[in-house]
Amino acid sequence: MEFLGYFGEVFTPFSFGLLLIGTIGGLILGATPGLSPTMAVALLIPFTFRLEAAQGLILLGAAYTSTVAGGAVSAILLKIPGAPANIATTLDGHTMAKKGQGARALQLSFLASAVGGVFGVLLLIFLTPVLATWALAFGPSHLFWLAILGVTIIGTLDSSSVVKGLLAGCIGLWLATIGFDDIMGAQRFIFHPSLSGGINVIPALIGLFAIPQVITMFSNGRTQASAEVIKVEPSPIGDAIREIFRRSRSLTIGTLTGSVIGLIPGVGGQIAGLVAYDQSKKFSPERDKFGTGHSEGIIAAESANNAMVGPSLVPLLTLSIPGSPTAAVLLGGLLIHGIFPGSDLFDNHPEVAWTFINSMLIGQILMCIFGLYIAGLAARVAQVPQSVMAATVLGLAVFGSYSVQNSMGDVYVMMTLGTGMYFLERFGFSAAPLVLGLILGPIAEANFIQGSMIANATSGIGQYFFTGPLNVTLLMIVLASVAYSVWMEMRNKRYVTKDDAVSKEEAL
Amino acid sequence: MNNLPRSQHIVASGLVAAVGVWVCFVSYTQEPAAAFLFPRIISTVFAVLALWTFGKALMGKSKVGNGLTADSMKKILPGLIVAIVFVFWAAKGLGFYTASTIVFFTLLSLYDPAPHNEVRTWIKRIVISAGYLVVMYGLFAMLLSVFTPREILF
Repeated sequence: MEFLGYFGEVFTPFSFGLLLIGTIGGLILGATPGLSPTMAVALLIPFTFRLEAAQGLILLGAAYTSTVAGGAVSAILLKIPGAPANIATTLDGHTMAKKGQGARALQLSFLASAVGGVFGVLLLIFLTPVLATWALAFGPSHLFWLAILGVTIIGTLDSSSVVKGLLAGCIGLWLATIGFDDIMGAQRFIFHPSLSGGINVIPALIGLFAIPQVITMFSNGRTQASAEVIKVEPSPIGDAIREIFRRSRSLTIGTLTGSVIGLIPGVGGQIAGLVAYDQSKKFSPERDKFGTGHSEGIIAAESANNAMVGPSLVPLLTLSIPGSPTAAVLLGGLLIHGIFPGSDLFDNHPEVAWTFINSMLIGQILMCIFGLYIAGLAARVAQVPQSVMAATVLGLAVFGSYSVQNSMGDVYVMMTLGTGMYFLERFGFSAAPLVLGLILGPIAEANFIQGSMIANATSGIGQYFFTGPLNVTLLMIVLASVAYSVWMEMRNKRYVTKDDAVSKEEAL
Repeated sequence: MNNLPRSQHIVASGLVAAVGVWVCFVSYTQEPAAAFLFPRIISTVFAVLALWTFGKALMGKSKVGNGLTADSMKKILPGLIVAIVFVFWAAKGLGFYTASTIVFFTLLSLYDPAPHNEVRTWIKRIVISAGYLVVMYGLFAMLLSVFTPREILF
C-alpha cells in the first residue's frame, strides 16, 4: 500500500493542472482521426523537458489514457475511430448515435472506459512491485533475452508479415548501434555528421510516428471532410450509470479481457476491443442486438481498450521492456529525465513511479468527467481539415525534434526516418518493432557485452546465454512467438494489409 | 494487396536488402572487432531476413502491403517536397518561425479543399497561418524557451 503515500503529489496545484491539461488535450487529440495515442504522446515529450520527471510523466500518462478514451467520440459521432483501439466501438456506438442516443452512447463509453481503466491501473499498482522484486533476480543474460523478446514479440504480433516484422526489429537494433561504441569508443556507421552522437530516441520516435501520418494526410489530397457530426441530445447520466451496472457481464468481460491482453507485449487496444466485443456477444442472451446500437457492445469494447492501458506498462516499469509503442515513447520520456525504469525504479525513484501511477488512476476519473462535457467540442475538432492537421503536425515534429538538443541534426534524422518509415509501411513494414529495436538495442547490447565478459571469465558464452531455467524459458517464448506467427501466416489467418485488417474487423 | 506490381516489391525489398548487406559488410570489415561484435550478430540476421524478403519479391511471393499508386504519389509529392525543403534548407536558412509559417501556408494552400478562386478563402488561410505562427512562437519561444536559428525577418 506504499502508493497511498504518494497521492498528495498528484494533488499539488501544478501537478493537478498538468493532469487536467493532459486529460482534456488527450481527449481532443484522441477524437481526431489520424492522431494516434502514440503519436500524440511522442509530440508531447518536448513539452516535458522543463518539467520534473514525475510532472512530465503525469502529462504523458494523462494524454495516453485519455487519447484512448477520446477516440470513442469520433467513433460514435462521426463513425471514424479516433484510434485503432476504438474500431469495435464504432459498430454499436455510431448506430446508437444515429438513433438519437449519441449522449447515452458517449456516457456509456466514458463510464465503461473509467471502470476498465481504474481496474487496469489497480492491476498495475499491485502487480508491478511483485514483478519488480522478482526482476531483481535477472542477470545480464536474462535482460539480453528479455530485450530480444520485446523486439521479436512485437515484430511477430504487430506486423502483417513475420519476416518483415522481424526485419523492422533488426533495422531498429542496427540504428541503435550508430554512433560511438560505449566501451571502446570506436565509431560505428557514422556516415553523416548528424549521426556522430548516435540516433537520439525522441526525434526518432517523433519522426517514426508523426511523419508517416503527415504523408498519409498528403496522400488524401484535397478531400473535404465528409463525415457529419451527429447532434448530441442531453440524456440523464443516472440512466447510463444504471445501464452500466445492469450490463455488468459485458463490463466484466471487457475489463478482464483488456487487462489480460494489456499484459501481453505487442497486443494493443485494437485487439483488446475486438476480442472483448466478440466474447461479450458470445456470452450475451441478446447477441442478435449486437451491431444494431446495443449498449453491451460499447461497454465491452471501451472497458477493454482502457483496461489494457495500465497492464501494458507493467513490463516497462518492472523490466524496462516497453510492451507497446506507446510504452516505448513513455520510456523515452523517462530517459530524458535520467530515470531508467526497471527492478530498482521503486527503490530509487518511488516518488516518480508512484506519482505517475497514481496520476493515471485519478486521470481515469477526470477523463470520465470531462469526456462527457467536451465530447461535442472534441467531435468538432475532429473535423479540422487534414491540410491544417498535416501542416501543424509537421511543424510540431520539427520544433519538437529540434528542442531536444537544439540540434538540426536531430531534425534531419527525424525527417529521414519518418519519410523512410512511410514508404516501408506501404510495403508491410511496421514502425512498432523498429521503435522497440531502437529503444531496446542499447539494453540488449550492454547486457550482451556484460554477459560475454562474465561468460568468458566463467562458463563460456554458450552455457551462460543458453542454459538455466530463465534463459531457456525466455528463449522458448521468443521461439514460440515466432513459430506461432509463422503458423498463423501459413494458415493464411493473418491479414495481408492493415487495410484488410480494418475491413475484416469492421465486418465482424 | 496481392495485385500490387511485383516490380514495386522488388525495388522496395531490394533497397532494404542493399542496406542490410552494406551494414553486414561494414560490421565485418571495421575494427576494433570487439566494438562490432553486437552489430555483426544483428547485421547478419538483418541481411539474411532482407535477402529472404528480396528473394520472395523476385519470385513474386511478396503479398503484404498496399504499395504506391501513381495517383497517391501525385498527391504526396508536392507536400513531401515542401516538407523536405523546409527541414533540410528553409528552417536553417530562413529561420524556424518564418519558414514554418510559409510552409504551413503553402501546405494549407496545396491541400485545402476550399476553392482557390475566392478572396475569402485566401484571407482565411492567411489568418489561420498567422494564428499558427502565434501559437508556435508562444509554445516554443516563450513557454519552452527554445533557442532556434536566427530569423531572416526578425
